[in-house]
Amino acid sequence: MSAPAVQSEVIPELKIVQDATCTFCGCVCDDIDLSVKDNHIVEAKRACVLGKAWFLNHTLDDRPSCLIDGRPASLEEGYDRAARILTNGKYPVIYGLSDSPCEAQRVAVSIADWIGGIIDTTTSVCHGPSGMAFQGVGEVTCSLGEVANRGDLIIFWGSNPAESHPRHFTRYSLMPKGMFVPNGRKDRTCVIIDVRKTKSAKAADIFIPIKPRADFEALWTLRALARGIELDAQQVLSDTGVELSVWQDLMARMKAAKFGVFFFGMGLTMTRGKHANTEALLALTRDMNAHTRFVSKPNRGHGNVTGADNVVSWRTGYPFGVNHARGYPRFNPGEYTTTDTLARREADCAMMIACDPMANFSQSAREHLASIPYIALDTKDTPTTRAAAVAFNVATYGINTGGTVYRMDDVPIPLRPAFDSPHPGDFEVLTAIEDRVKKILGINA
Amino acid sequence: MTTREYTRISQGTVYDPANGIDGEVRDLWILDGRIVEAPADPSIRPVRDIDAAGLVVMPGGVDMHCHIAGPKVNVARKMRPEDKRRSEVLHRTSNTHSGTMGAVPSTFATGYKYAGLGYTTAFDAAVPPLGARHAHEEFEDTPCIDKGFYVLMGNNHFVMQSIQNNEYEKLKGFMGWLLAATKAYAPKLVNPGGVEVWKSRQGGNVSGLDELVEHFNVTPRQIISNVTKAANELRLPHPVHIHCNNLGMPGNWETTMQTMQALEGHRGHITHIQFHSYGGGDADETTFNSKTVQLADYVNSHPNVTVDVGQVLFGETTSMTGDGPLGYFLSNVYGGKWFSSDTEMESGCGITPIKYKNKSLVHALQWAIGLEWYLLVNDPWRVVMSTDHPNGGSFLAYPQIIRLLMDRTWRQDVLNTCHPLVRERGVLKDLDRQYTLNDIAIITRAGPARILGLPNKGHLGPGADADITIYTPNENYETMFELPRMVIKSGRIIVEQGEIRDPLIGKTLNVQPDYDREVEPHIQEWFEKYYSIRWRNYPVDESYLHESEVVPTKE
Ligand code: SF4
Ligand SMILES: [Zn+2]
Repeated sequence: MSAPAVQSEVIPELKIVQDATCTFCGCVCDDIDLSVKDNHIVEAKRACVLGKAWFLNHTLDDRPSCLIDGRPASLEEGYDRAARILTNGKYPVIYGLSDSPCEAQRVAVSIADWIGGIIDTTTSVCHGPSGMAFQGVGEVTCSLGEVANRGDLIIFWGSNPAESHPRHFTRYSLMPKGMFVPNGRKDRTCVIIDVRKTKSAKAADIFIPIKPRADFEALWTLRALARGIELDAQQVLSDTGVELSVWQDLMARMKAAKFGVFFFGMGLTMTRGKHANTEALLALTRDMNAHTRFVSKPNRGHGNVTGADNVVSWRTGYPFGVNHARGYPRFNPGEYTTTDTLARREADCAMMIACDPMANFSQSAREHLASIPYIALDTKDTPTTRAAAVAFNVATYGINTGGTVYRMDDVPIPLRPAFDSPHPGDFEVLTAIEDRVKKILGINA
Repeated sequence: MTTREYTRISQGTVYDPANGIDGEVRDLWILDGRIVEAPADPSIRPVRDIDAAGLVVMPGGVDMHCHIAGPKVNVARKMRPEDKRRSEVLHRTSNTHSGTMGAVPSTFATGYKYAGLGYTTAFDAAVPPLGARHAHEEFEDTPCIDKGFYVLMGNNHFVMQSIQNNEYEKLKGFMGWLLAATKAYAPKLVNPGGVEVWKSRQGGNVSGLDELVEHFNVTPRQIISNVTKAANELRLPHPVHIHCNNLGMPGNWETTMQTMQALEGHRGHITHIQFHSYGGGDADETTFNSKTVQLADYVNSHPNVTVDVGQVLFGETTSMTGDGPLGYFLSNVYGGKWFSSDTEMESGCGITPIKYKNKSLVHALQWAIGLEWYLLVNDPWRVVMSTDHPNGGSFLAYPQIIRLLMDRTWRQDVLNTCHPLVRERGVLKDLDRQYTLNDIAIITRAGPARILGLPNKGHLGPGADADITIYTPNENYETMFELPRMVIKSGRIIVEQGEIRDPLIGKTLNVQPDYDREVEPHIQEWFEKYYSIRWRNYPVDESYLHESEVVPTKE
């Protein structure tokens, strides 16, 4: 018997995870092949620059999993303290959720229900207006594969996917050779409507630069043209910054298209007019269905913001900004949305899940948040975790933990984690907090 | 000597039509969630004895056609906050979640309300395969009932392509694979072929069974016949659930008749047949009339066909359907908000708010036609109570329908409040049949369980799931059925007099048929060419089934 000494030189094994899902943007690409070596992703095949950065830069850190008032603490102490904060409050707010898997989102909604708190998602600060517009007129839409297989006129409005959703063009909207557009890009016309010549505009066949804050006027111009109403050219030019003939040409193309698609982004939903803009676009899409098939889709950002919309809707009946203070769900955007409750200094405790309000809320909201006890869950150290009473440093979904994510077209996709983290995931932390909350409140559901 | 924990329901008046028991005073014994024979040893005492003397005991209700989970149901929830705001709310309690009602209740509310009504099993009737994972996630948040769903196939490209290429074995393999991959319960056809035409051009649809579906060159008739045959050969417990072409259109009864004929003698279920039983033509209100007599005649003489009604109730609701062109049509009729979503390779969907008015001739006729169906099908085992929740009305209206069926005087009173022409355009005024409690037990539990091929549901014989509803008799049958004295699920008391006691989660019912695995590489090749998600990420794995039961295929 001889013990070969060379064996001590262990070569870390290369693990391949096929068809892993990237949660970095709303594209939720589920075709990424990860090579994992020694708790590190060394290759992320097919991922875009953003996706590659998301996967390859992920390293396990040795920060403590839990901090109480900035000092390392055990998870158990953290859970206890978190449950006490949430159950002591009279006006608790739970916010974020757009970078958590659905499984964790469901637990967060339960906690809000038990403590009579608000559950709100980042939808309220990005695509909330589209949600409200949808409640006004409805929506004609489709899954992204429909766009890939049928779309022959693709219009991006206030959206810059080349930078925000880098694989949008190749996977879904422009390049795919689909069933009814067999030549891919050649069979499609791409129009970009924006206030500036974005990187995406380079991919367009037609770029229409509109006047800033004139989206509403531009959309109503198109609605009028769709109905054959005569318009004053001078007026249109001064309202939209674009010649009437350009809009007429676009409308002719829209009517001639077999399957037209609007993708819209925050350039539409967060500029002047907000939900009136989106409402006009959704109504225009509906109008167009009297002439041909036409759909629209918001190009949503964060990985699982669409999952959050769905989970909150199925559990409460409303998509975001839901208040449980009276023991049942109430919905009133602008009143129960997080920025508003903080700015009005109403919330007296909070739980911030995978979001960074301390970096991007208004100053009055930030000041108030800093003055109340709150819990933060994040994968990294942020201004929000730093000022938290209890901060959990959690594992990263899609890399360390599994679960379900909804793509921006509401298609649910499973995650395939690459390697374990020493930190617990959102689901684990929230479940432990929920258990304690239930015990404190005497709930046995 | 025994440590086994028996429960006994003593001296109730039992209605168990599947076992030929029509209102006999009996004891029922329960062990480990199932009904068992009374123990032979008379010294064995139950741990819990439920005194049901003077009360009516039935199996738990089975809803075989409703819309309670998945993508379009959830859109319907979030699309109508105005409907939710003015509706009842469910308060959080120490053992239940809060929720909202309206036409489409939130998930927890759905489970609690079904249980409160004495229903312990429900099937969502239309889930696109790509949304299967979503439906399963919602099921886990829908407590108190067992549940499953039918998966949309009638406009699936692989289905149409296999038929076009005369590849019947591929079709059959695909159906088996799709059911297993989505953990579904049965194949569903919705406006077969018509939805694909809608997806491909403005206002598109098919108008009859022999119209060609563009690009695929198949007809609705071919889709119906081939899928039905394949489903029967796969020996599925509920072979095929069909929403016919031309829903809601005057004159559509002929399409319905042809659809039943297209089953070619194989077992098949025609759903919400009320919406498919209209005479008249050219969308002309003045000619709109009932054709239930002709259609029920066919059903009465063809035992391979079963139906559920899709009763319409007066009031406001939200229409939701996998029938995309129908959603477009309804949104134009009612002019309200409209949601439409097409799913790649698979299906469509339409949602719009609607209102049924008793003073409208069309709506009142729809109401009457529904009732005619219950009263004209001779064999109650082949007609099932449904409102196509929420399309015709809420499942919460079932007690009202029961009263309409059991009390002809009241039925005629309500008929007299409707548009006067209804009396001439249908036969309801002439029908004086009254349902008995035994008949009601059939059309609300025993019948649907049998049609669904659920061996352990809808009856109270040994081996059955101990899903039991106990009612307090009342002259007013609506009152009797709307508030059960007690509801037992899997042997546990989940509801007492409307209060939730023990909100268990319930299980998912699905099928895993045997199919030819050779077909999988063909499916994969097609799939990878056209889908926007990866083949490997498509099937729903076990982790999504909190608790589940695979219902066996037929012998
Ligand atoms: S497009 Fe978005 S989801 Fe896809 S790889 Fe890039 S960042 Fe990830
Ligand atoms: Zn239905």
